[in-house]
Amino acid sequence: MNSVKKLLGYVWMLMAPALICFLVYQAVEKISAASAINKANITLQWVIILLVFIPICIGFFIFGKYASTNEYAHLPESSTEIE
Amino acid sequence: MIQEKKQSSIAFVIGASSVGTLIEWYDFYIFGMLATIISKQFFPADAGTAALLSTLAIFAAGFIVRPFGALVFGRLGDLIGRKHTFLLTLVIMGGSTFAIGLVPGYATIGWAAPILVLILRLLQGLALGGEYGGAATYVAEHAPKGQRGFWTSWIQTTATLGLFLALGVIIFIRSSQGVEKFSAEWGGWRYPFWISLLLVGVSILIRMRMSESPMFSKLKTEGKISANPLKESFGNKGNFKMVLLALFGAVMGQGVVWYTGQFYAQSFIETVCKVEFIQSRNLMLWAILMATPCFVLFGWLSDKVGRKWIMLIGMLAAVLTYRPIYKQFLSLTSAKNRIEKIDLSKTTASEPKVVIDVKDNTKIYVTQVFDTAYTDGANFRYTKTDTLHLTAAYDAGLKIDALNPSLVVSKSEKPNVVIEKTMDEGTYWNLIWLVFIQIVYVTMVYGPIAAFLVEMFPTKIRYTSMSLPYHIGNGVFGGLVPFLGTLIVEFTKSAESPMGDALAGLWYPIGVASVCIVIGVIYLSNKIDKNVMD
Repeated sequence: MNSVKKLLGYVWMLMAPALICFLVYQAVEKISAASAINKANITLQWVIILLVFIPICIGFFIFGKYASTNEYAHLPESSTEIE
Repeated sequence: MIQEKKQSSIAFVIGASSVGTLIEWYDFYIFGMLATIISKQFFPADAGTAALLSTLAIFAAGFIVRPFGALVFGRLGDLIGRKHTFLLTLVIMGGSTFAIGLVPGYATIGWAAPILVLILRLLQGLALGGEYGGAATYVAEHAPKGQRGFWTSWIQTTATLGLFLALGVIIFIRSSQGVEKFSAEWGGWRYPFWISLLLVGVSILIRMRMSESPMFSKLKTEGKISANPLKESFGNKGNFKMVLLALFGAVMGQGVVWYTGQFYAQSFIETVCKVEFIQSRNLMLWAILMATPCFVLFGWLSDKVGRKWIMLIGMLAAVLTYRPIYKQFLSLTSAKNRIEKIDLSKTTASEPKVVIDVKDNTKIYVTQVFDTAYTDGANFRYTKTDTLHLTAAYDAGLKIDALNPSLVVSKSEKPNVVIEKTMDEGTYWNLIWLVFIQIVYVTMVYGPIAAFLVEMFPTKIRYTSMSLPYHIGNGVFGGLVPFLGTLIVEFTKSAESPMGDALAGLWYPIGVASVCIVIGVIYLSNKIDKNVMD
């Protein structure tokens, strides 16, 4: 199981930047395709989406990194293990 | 005797915590539920869809600030205690909700109106971000051993009961006032905001009588409270990795299942299936009412079999059945599967009604209502409005049929058609069952989540550590379900398919929940932490 956890860790690490690229690509495409009247509104929507999801994707990358280094091989059973 | 006293004490803790949390949810929901009216009142009237999207953006902004609220109040809760912190969040929430009801419309004060509403909405989001973690932690820290899932599940019911209360209040006021009075600038839509002041007042009085969490008090007496909860929560690798696991392995999936079942479903039934306003809300009320006891059932069950599998099975069921359920929504409410009544008296068109534009008296709106009755008892109403530009001012006494066609300069190419479908009894109950199934999924993922999160983190940084993943999962991943769902459907629209794929919006919750299931199955433990005192 630990090797699966580790292997999937690399998948999450790859997924995170892929998601960021996908979001940025979508944002650019939708903003440039928007009509003049809607441009401001569409830009605002995508700025919000990017501002929120990019830090989450970074968190996902860190999660993948921890998983790939077997940090989740053993989960803490008491608070002393966390501190 | 001691046992009885303990039971009544925990019942008071649950009751007092739950009432406050329920009111906070009520406050937060009424804004989203009245989004269409709010967009008309606080945004330029000619902005159309943009106005609605702006409101949705405010809705999203409300959710986005929730994680910040979790950090601010979570830190406070770990520093000064649970009781005072969630008393503060209640005051902020109640005050800002009441104030939204007092802001004059765009027509009266211009751009100050949407700016004020945005600020107040952000305050609401901030307060909600601080509330839940406090209430869940407080109840969990009072709960007897082996019953944490059961007792915290009562807190979990408040989110759904808050929705129930909000729906009930809105339906009651709208039904008693009528649509026009309800939607006016100072109309009935403001009453739910004003009622909040009373509800919050009562809740504050109840919460003032509560004592601090025994675990937090013990830490305080021993001088062991955290000096810097934010640093200890997110700067400590051992704890931070658990925050990430909680978010990606449980809460993000729970968040999308919750918001799809309760909010996307309602929005889909109303805006895509076009079910009439009151009926679409009534069916939500029935489904919520019937499914709510399942929160406690799954909370209790999680004490016996562990939290992990109940939550993951709920997510899996949602992933596998969302598309068939929503396809069924479309099929049940379609005219294709119905037989029109041949009796012509049952398919009627009203007399055309003419409204003259307030700014331009050569512009008129001609509205005609068509009712189509079906053999199964359903009735579909089509309200068609044509916009006509005339060469001269329209004579208000003139019947539209008597209008000389040569006076018409132009007529709108496509009339505006509003569809309102009133379903027959059988279809109505089928819709209720389909929503009910989705809310049962919500109870599976949401019932055990408070106990699950509480058990993941140490007492001294529990409020901060559990609040952040909870509000990112629910506020961001969940809160954006209606917004992103609508956006994805917009992307599928083209010249060949002007309506787009109505089911495309479901790919967002299905995708997020699927990733969460994989992470949950592989990385999460099903072990129940028997000791949360540490």
